[in-house]
Order: sequence, then C-alpha cells, then structure tokens
Amino acid sequence: MEVPILKQGLYLIASIQAALSDLDLVHLRDALAEKVGKFRARGVIVDVTVLDVMDSFASRTLRDLAHMTRLRGAETVIVGIQPEVAFAMVQLGLTLEGVDTALDLEEGLAFLDKKTKRHPSRG
Amino acid sequence: MGDQRAKRNEDKGQGVSPAREMPPPDDVSTVSLLRELVAHLRKNRTQLREEWARRITAAKLLGAMTSEEMFAEATSVYDNYVEVLETGAVEALQAYARDLSERIIPRGVETDEVVGIVLLLRDVLARSLFAKYQTDFQLLNRILDAYEPAANRIANTVAVGFVQERERIIRQQQEAIRELSTPVLQVRERLLILPIIGVIDSQRARQLTEQLLRGIRTNRAKVVVIDITGVAAMDATVANHLVQTVEASRLLGATVIVTGLSPEIAQTLVTIGVDLGKMNTVGDLQGGIEEAERLLGYKVAPFSEISQQPI
Repeated sequence: MEVPILKQGLYLIASIQAALSDLDLVHLRDALAEKVGKFRARGVIVDVTVLDVMDSFASRTLRDLAHMTRLRGAETVIVGIQPEVAFAMVQLGLTLEGVDTALDLEEGLAFLDKKTKRHPSRG
Repeated sequence: MGDQRAKRNEDKGQGVSPAREMPPPDDVSTVSLLRELVAHLRKNRTQLREEWARRITAAKLLGAMTSEEMFAEATSVYDNYVEVLETGAVEALQAYARDLSERIIPRGVETDEVVGIVLLLRDVLARSLFAKYQTDFQLLNRILDAYEPAANRIANTVAVGFVQERERIIRQQQEAIRELSTPVLQVRERLLILPIIGVIDSQRARQLTEQLLRGIRTNRAKVVVIDITGVAAMDATVANHLVQTVEASRLLGATVIVTGLSPEIAQTLVTIGVDLGKMNTVGDLQGGIEEAERLLGYKVAPFSEISQQPI
C-alpha cells in the first residue's frame, strides 16, 4: 500500500492510512529521502496515528528515515503514536533514539516551525 | 468463603483430636464426661474467670484494653468456650471469634496475644480439673481425654479466625490502595501534573502510566511534571517502569519532569543504572513547575513588575 506524501509549504507530510508491510515502509523511507531533495523541503512529518503496532523493523526504518532526511537537510518528526503503542515500544526497548516526536499533526507542524526557525508556513 | 472456613476448621479439628478414636472412652462415656466437665466449669464460673483474668493481666496480655473491657470479653469468651465444650458446635465459636477479631484488631491486639489468652484459659481450666480429680487418677485421665481435643479445637478455631480476619482486613486495604485515584491535573494550558502519593507496586505503576499517557493525549500536554515527594521508596521494577513511562511520554511528544525524588529513590535509580540523560529531574514541585513554564515559554512575574514596564 502506497503512502501518500503531501507537500505543505516547506514540509512534506506522509500520512499513513493503513497497516504497512516492511516493504511499504522501505518504499516510504526511500520516497521521502528522494522527495526531500526534489522539493527542497525543510521538514518531514510522518503521521502514524492509525498504526496500532510498531515493531522493531518499523521503528528502525523510521529512525533511519529521520537520519537520512537530516543528512539531506530536513528535520523529521514522527507524530500520532498511540499511548498503548508508545508504552509497548518502550517495553521492547524501541525508543526512537534521536528522533523527534510530537502528539499530532498540528503539534508536528508547530515543532518544525520552531526548529527550522521559520515563520509559520502558510501554503 | 464461610463454607470454606468451616471446612478448614473441621479438618483441623480432626487433626488435633485423635483421642476421639481411642478405644477406652467410647462416645457415650465421652459425652457424659464432657457433660460433667461442663457442669463443673459452670459451677466455678466466677472463680475460674477471675483466675483467668488475673493470669492475663500477669502475662501482660491485652494491654490495649481497659480492665473492664478485658473482663467483659473474658466473660463472653469463657461462656462461649464452655458452650462449645458442651455442644461441640464450633460454628458459634467461629462466629464469635470473627466478631471479636473485628472489634479488637483495630485496637492493636496482636495475634500472639489472642492465642496467648486462649491458651491461658485452656491452662486455667485444666488446672482446675487437676485440682478436682486429683484423688482419682483414672477418672482424671479420662476427663482429660475428653477435654484436651475439644480445648485444642477451640484454640485452633480462635487463632485461625483471628488470622483470617486480619488477612481479610489486609486484602481490603490493598484493594483500597489500588483504587486510590491517581489524578492527572492540568495546571496550565499544555502542562499536566501528576502527584503520586503512597506505595507504588507494579500494578499501580501500570495504572499510573495508562492514565498519564491517556491524559497527555486528551489534554494535548507538552510538559508533564510527575511529583513523587509522597513516595518514600520504590523497588527496581517500579523505578524501571517510571523510566519507561518517561520515554513513552516522549514518544507522544511530551517532556516529563520528575520532581521530589527522595534520597532512597535516587539511590535506586542510580543502582539500576538509569540513563540520567533521559530523565529530567528537578528538586521539588515548585522548581518542576517553574522549569515546565520555562519550557512552555511562560514567564511568571509579579504584577507590579509588569505594570511598571512600558507597554
């Protein structure tokens, strides 16, 4: 299942719509890393609200994604991790070390605005 | 539960009364001996009861009670005791033991005291039997054969009843502690505080985490202050759980500040090797809230200072 990637001003928003296979995740990672350069994006938001499972592969891929986009000049923030998922992840030792997280899309946008030292992006 | 209790006592009763099956005193003679025994105990009620009360005082038992109370209880225990000896029905004594325990446990009477007074009564009565039948050794033997198992059963019943009542109270209290609500309070927009008071076991810790993570979501919190001033100590499991809660909150995009760590808890955290880089700790709740306000970009200043500034 393809994850739609939306361009919103200087940011790219990947909104996951359904549970993803490992391959889907890898595709998402590669697509975002590529589009960051193509759109000259300053920030990336990955919305995982619908995911009710986050396994070790998913969290590693998201961490890689964050590091890759940072190397290409954009900050990544993961938003919408469910409380139950968060605690399960911590218990499995998947703490997304070095990756920024925010409550939801709105928070993620505010976070990127602050982090990239830009005025709030409007369209 | 009542059935279970009765059954257990029955089992125990059989365990301590092998004399019942002994050949010489057949059932009829045991019953008649017990009747004789009871008549003797009834006749000497006042004197034996006083002797018993005196022995209790001498042994410094039931110090939590006044002498009148003790005498009233002693009378009632004595009458029940004799009744049970007579009828062999332990139910009445069980009910009485439960009732007695309910009344005296809150007053700080210990298990050894209760067992002690029952054993004293057993001893006082046995001595009076010795005194009465000292001339006829055969009869004394048979009387004791009848008396001992019954007396043992009673001592057992009272002790078990007392311990069970105590365990029931402990269970009830554990339940109450578990149900103590752990409030997640919003003190400012996007700032939650979670004051924790009392003992945390792993079950309560789990409950806390659930409530906190849910609270972060519903209140859209950015900063959470967990105040554990009211927690004297925690074991390594719970401390680990606390650290996990802090990390889970970060995944939800909230920063956690832990305040009011006691020296003992600080030591536990160091011993289990918590990465202190992940834990944001401040000395007290005030400091924690100030730090949280700083993180949220609030600036709190006295009204006079603000009004002096040109706007």
